[in-house]
Amino acid sequence: MRKKVIFKGIALPWLLLLPQLVITGVFFFWPAGQAIYGSFLREDAFGLSREFVGLENFRDVLADPNYLAAGWNTVVFSSSVAIGALGVALFLAVQADKAIRGADAYKTMLIWPYAVAPAVAAVLWLFMFHPQIGLFGKALNGIGIRWDYKVNGDQAMLLVIMAAAWKQVSYNFIFFLAGLQSIPRAVLEAAAIDGARPVRRFWTIIFPLLAPTSFFLLVVNIVYAFFDTFGTIHALTQGGPGQATSTLIYKVYVDGVQNLNFGASAAQSVILMAIVVALTAVQFRFVERKVHY
Amino acid sequence: MATLTLSAVRKQFGSTQVLHGIDLDVADGEMIVVVGASGCGKSTLLRIVAGLETPSSGIVRIDGRDVTALEPADRDIAMVFQNYALYPHMSVFENMAYGLKIRGQAMPEIKRRVAEAAEMLEIGPLLDRKPRQLSGGQRQRVAMGRAVVREPKLFLFDEPLSNLDAKLRVQMRAEIRRLQKRLGVTSLFVTHDQVEAMTLGDRLVVMHAGRAAQVASPMEVWGRPADTYVAGFIGSPAMNFLQATLAGGGTAATLKAGPTIAFADGARPGADGTPLTIGIRPEHVTVSPDGLPLTVDLVEPLGSETVIHGRLPGNEVLVARLPIAASDIGAVLPLTLPASAFHVFDAAGVRMGG
Ligand SMILES: Nc1ncnc2c1ncn2[C@@H]1O[C@H](COP(=O)(O)OP(=O)(O)O)[C@@H](O)[C@H]1O
Ligand SMILES: [Mg+2]
Repeated sequence: MRKKVIFKGIALPWLLLLPQLVITGVFFFWPAGQAIYGSFLREDAFGLSREFVGLENFRDVLADPNYLAAGWNTVVFSSSVAIGALGVALFLAVQADKAIRGADAYKTMLIWPYAVAPAVAAVLWLFMFHPQIGLFGKALNGIGIRWDYKVNGDQAMLLVIMAAAWKQVSYNFIFFLAGLQSIPRAVLEAAAIDGARPVRRFWTIIFPLLAPTSFFLLVVNIVYAFFDTFGTIHALTQGGPGQATSTLIYKVYVDGVQNLNFGASAAQSVILMAIVVALTAVQFRFVERKVHY
Repeated sequence: MATLTLSAVRKQFGSTQVLHGIDLDVADGEMIVVVGASGCGKSTLLRIVAGLETPSSGIVRIDGRDVTALEPADRDIAMVFQNYALYPHMSVFENMAYGLKIRGQAMPEIKRRVAEAAEMLEIGPLLDRKPRQLSGGQRQRVAMGRAVVREPKLFLFDEPLSNLDAKLRVQMRAEIRRLQKRLGVTSLFVTHDQVEAMTLGDRLVVMHAGRAAQVASPMEVWGRPADTYVAGFIGSPAMNFLQATLAGGGTAATLKAGPTIAFADGARPGADGTPLTIGIRPEHVTVSPDGLPLTVDLVEPLGSETVIHGRLPGNEVLVARLPIAASDIGAVLPLTLPASAFHVFDAAGVRMGG
């Protein structure tokens, strides 16, 4: 039961909300408003004047084969990143859980970094995948595999997928491990006595009990792959070779910042914004309903 | 239906010896209650029988077959856990059907057995619910049902009633007893509650610090406790222990509280003057005009009876359960300790004769 606090006046509640409102306003609503506004405008070639063009930017963007290619790239990229990052994290978490079940010290140590690390970890991962990643490629070429992601689009895609997924594995791992640790040992023992072998126990007990965690992480990972991988792609491939690794978010940057096509870029931003709103809505609806214990 | 045999079962966690060699023979259809204070190794013993722990040494046999190295799945047993351990994401039906499905039973057969067990446990209307929608008592029944449908060789219970409120506990206790008798499944029931143990068990294993202090029927454990630990653990209020020495060539005991009382059941070996402990249950103490003076320091009225705590001469503590109305604190009551109710223990606390 949460206690309901009733304020007498309206000044105090507003004052308490103010910092959050200012931050949300300045860093979210204002740029979002700018983007929506900009998506209805078109600049002339020299950037001297803007005119209102209605939905024309959206029509152009959606008819642009490059945009549709970037959309397809995004689908491939995001689903691969999400599946890869979730699968690897789940595997690692299951192994870790076996090794440390009951050992509180380990548990705390493994969950601890999550409390401290996000910002620090992000920088770390970024540095690990900085362009001078030659190491990796050299070794591959050394054993006779023609590895050059600057020429081969599929290899470039594979590389950004791996880099982006890897960056997300630790995050997923923490959640999966916490989820595994919260499954009572007696429940698994009951299943063992009921005759279930480890693999069966995993699929019939552990996996379903992790479903809410998995679903939450799936959405987080897709949102991450959609919107938070610009840095990874920019550092590794700049969207190339050609358009091979240009995702929707990357194309916003290319069209807006490099090509200075302000209207098109704004329209793409608005489309992305709509996608994230939809994903979040789906997440809220499902997470509320899917938790079954 | 099966027998269960434990031979010299030991268990060590690191350097801590938890079980010091347990031997036990359980007959087909018998209900054995393992009782002892918290931490004495009861759950560990049960988990070794289940296959959830491996003994450091010793052998577990079910129906004569050595199962020590087998997985829980291969032992054909069912277990009811203290916190029920129901599968939270499955309905009551699915919970009960889980083990049967794994064993490859056909759906009609599964349905028949679940329905039968559900009827027996009166949980028929709950079959579609999830565990979180059930009360503690209902969960307990489902956990029982999950064990029953399997028709296993062995039921294992690890303090299954300790999460229930007092009234429900008494009710479920009777139900478990009835069910076990009706199905005739060999059972091992772990509890720290001596009343539960006395009422449920065909035989008790009283455990003390990783050893089986006594294995016997409830009345035998109560009437002839093997040592002072068992004597003090079983019975409420607990047995009194009075300091004494052997006298009259082994035929009597001289109490520190004063009198020398002849044994009613024959002589004990040993020289006169050998230190003894005399045990006597509070309900066997009687009031009589020429008795020992007890200075009352606490009175607990129970209605029909009164539990009186006090001190005998020699500052010996005594508790008596008497069919008299409460007396005042500080009053002196004359009490007789009948020799026929004596339990005689040697200096090490082991029962001597009788
Ligand atoms: N997995 C384990 N690791 C280390 N010590 C354990 C483990 N399981 C039980 N113990 C210890 O063994 C002793 C007996 O435990 P347990 O069998 O659970 O007692 P009971 O069920 O009689 O209360 C306790 O001291 C407990 O701390
Ligand atoms: Mg226990």
